[in-house]
Amino acid sequence: MTKSLYTEDARTKRRNAAERRFKAYGAIAIGIAMVALVILLTSVVSQGIGAFRQTYITIDVPLPEAKLDKSGTRDMAVMSKVTTIGYAPLLRDGLVNAIAEAGIQTDLSDKEIGDLISKEAPATVRDRVLANPDLIGGTDRFTLLADGRIDGYFKGRVTMASAALDKNTSPGKLELADKLRDAGIMNVKFNWAFLTAPDASDQRPEAAGLGVAILGSLYMMIVVLVLALPIGVAASIYLEEFAPKNRWTDVIEVNIANLAAVPSIVYGILGLAIFINFMQFNQSSPLVGGMVLALMTLPTIIISTRAALKAVPPSIRDAALGVGASKMQSVFHHVLPLAAPGILTGTIIGLAQALGETAPLLLIGMVAFVRDYPEAYSSATGLFGDPSTALPVQIYNWTQRADPAFVERAQGAIITLLVFLLVMNTVAIILRRRFERRW
Amino acid sequence: MSFMKLATSALAISAATVTIASAQSRDNVQVAGSSTVLPYASIVAEAFGENFDFPTPVVESGGSSAGLKRFCEGVGENTVDIANASRPIKDSEREACAAAGVTDIMEVRIGYDGIVFASQFDGPEFTAFTQDQWYKALAAELPVDGAMVANPNKTWADVDPSLPAEDIMAFIPGTKHGTREVFEVNVIEAGCESSGAMEEIMAITSDEDATTEACMAIRTDGASVDIDGDYTETLARIDANPNGVGVFGLAFYENNTDKLKVATMGGVEPSTETISTGEYPVSRPLFFYVKKAHIGVIPGLKEFTEFFVSDDMAGPDGPLAEYGLVSDPELAATQTAVADEATM
Repeated sequence: MTKSLYTEDARTKRRNAAERRFKAYGAIAIGIAMVALVILLTSVVSQGIGAFRQTYITIDVPLPEAKLDKSGTRDMAVMSKVTTIGYAPLLRDGLVNAIAEAGIQTDLSDKEIGDLISKEAPATVRDRVLANPDLIGGTDRFTLLADGRIDGYFKGRVTMASAALDKNTSPGKLELADKLRDAGIMNVKFNWAFLTAPDASDQRPEAAGLGVAILGSLYMMIVVLVLALPIGVAASIYLEEFAPKNRWTDVIEVNIANLAAVPSIVYGILGLAIFINFMQFNQSSPLVGGMVLALMTLPTIIISTRAALKAVPPSIRDAALGVGASKMQSVFHHVLPLAAPGILTGTIIGLAQALGETAPLLLIGMVAFVRDYPEAYSSATGLFGDPSTALPVQIYNWTQRADPAFVERAQGAIITLLVFLLVMNTVAIILRRRFERRW
Repeated sequence: MSFMKLATSALAISAATVTIASAQSRDNVQVAGSSTVLPYASIVAEAFGENFDFPTPVVESGGSSAGLKRFCEGVGENTVDIANASRPIKDSEREACAAAGVTDIMEVRIGYDGIVFASQFDGPEFTAFTQDQWYKALAAELPVDGAMVANPNKTWADVDPSLPAEDIMAFIPGTKHGTREVFEVNVIEAGCESSGAMEEIMAITSDEDATTEACMAIRTDGASVDIDGDYTETLARIDANPNGVGVFGLAFYENNTDKLKVATMGGVEPSTETISTGEYPVSRPLFFYVKKAHIGVIPGLKEFTEFFVSDDMAGPDGPLAEYGLVSDPELAATQTAVADEATM
């Protein structure tokens, strides 16, 4: 009694069914993960994409000498006495004139018309006037930010119904904004300022940008790279190639693996105690932030570097030693170059982790309102000593603001951070693909 | 050996960094403290940076207590110059300050902040509350016939038939917030007293401290939820719970009038006017504290302090009032005190 292998008996059927079930579980798990990712990205992108477009008003602003330079001699000391509060009425006059010229009918008072212009705009005008005093006495064409509520209207965040309930704007203002847009005075453009401008206070969400945060994150990444890469690689080479295998190196190994899992806020506490209170570095500075993040990244780099060194076959070392190379020559001439792609990948992943880290920065004063661009070096504050913020911190900061327009900004900042992380991880994968060797 | 060279030079650079940085100093004013004062401080800092030749001050948040703690760490360039606070400095904090050498402190009152009770715009008719009602709705235990019993009220209508028959769901600030203290004293304790519950509890416990404590104990059975985050979190919870009532700052409410509807307290509508006259019962002064020893050392500190309380900023028509600050009727006295650098 022979049975064909092609006819399934009950036991085979059960085994095959179990396999099919397992495959289905796997597919469902991936499906759930993909759905979660799609929901997350859709919500972030749909809410945040608006931050990359911004409403601007283009008007001729009168710059009367009587208001802006009482001395009449273009004396900088006298001219800078006129604050942005003094400039605001001029902008309003400019917009009222533009409305009259375009023949637009409106019931709004001049003060209400002035509310269509951002509170950031007087500073734009003042800066240009102080830089070019010759402009005083004439008029000049300015492209100014529109108020955040008007901007929200063009992006669909503010509606006529919500404006009627909102004490910061009114349906009349939105109707005027529509007419101004038709007349070409107001338009929506790509918002480069979102990536370059500094943060702005709660009254000017339309002016807030990521400039300072991106610069701060960049400085911190430089500090992390300069500190963590050489120290991490040197430590791994010693541990992997030179150190004797004994109780001590075992203890060190266990500790490094442990450190990789320490909550990041602990590094912040350490940074506050050692770098700020003991070593007297400046608070809120990218230098301290970078040093804290370097400590946090070190275990990641050490672990991945050791794995990369381990992956180099011993025959390479033996061959080098066999032709008379010293131990150090064999490591630096042969093993390290072969392990470099793995080390780079580990470093980039460590940097990406550090880039998205918020918790340790809370304690060293980087969760702050910073308007001035930090300088890489200045004689007063030293290298990377100027106060700054960082990308993830800026997101955290904006989600706490009262004005709903900051929700859009925060989501826009998340998009920016995700793009940076995506680029870094892509570079890591490309490096690995191109240079990795298999034995 | 190029890698060795690279590694050595990198180590040399990091060593140099440490030496350079140890001689660090700063030229910007550094502010830390209350998250309630933060928006005002950042509005002033922004205008200050625009109009003066000094760098824009750096403003951190983190809460009144955390800010004052850092303020009291000592005198020197790596300590903050100004601490924002939504409550007056405590004696214990002044002692901590003095122990660290921070002795000359200038206290500056910038204005008042109202605390409002608001619910979802399209939600039930929560439009009028009294302190009595809040006490009866949120107290952990109520005195009934000479004994303390766990709060039996499940809906607002149980508390007072004039209120909607909706489950009690209150979102109040967590204990780390300065707002919580004002809420407990001006609403819960006041309600305890005015409803007559305080006398009844006094009769039961016959101990004054225990009575105050019993008055201010908030129920923990889920009807009251502590919010440790910011008002944005309270707003999100209100969005998700149509029958929820949240505690907000006046400024936050005024920026979200299209989503929230505010309730009167004891028949008084919260507004900058009713708060400045003292009619609206739940308000508190906002302060910042300045280290006098830093004036003249940190460039722009005195100018920033004066600019903060100037009529252009903190006055009734200034940007702070526009944002929701109730301006101080005695601002002129504050301006003089700041100009004279009067300490506490």
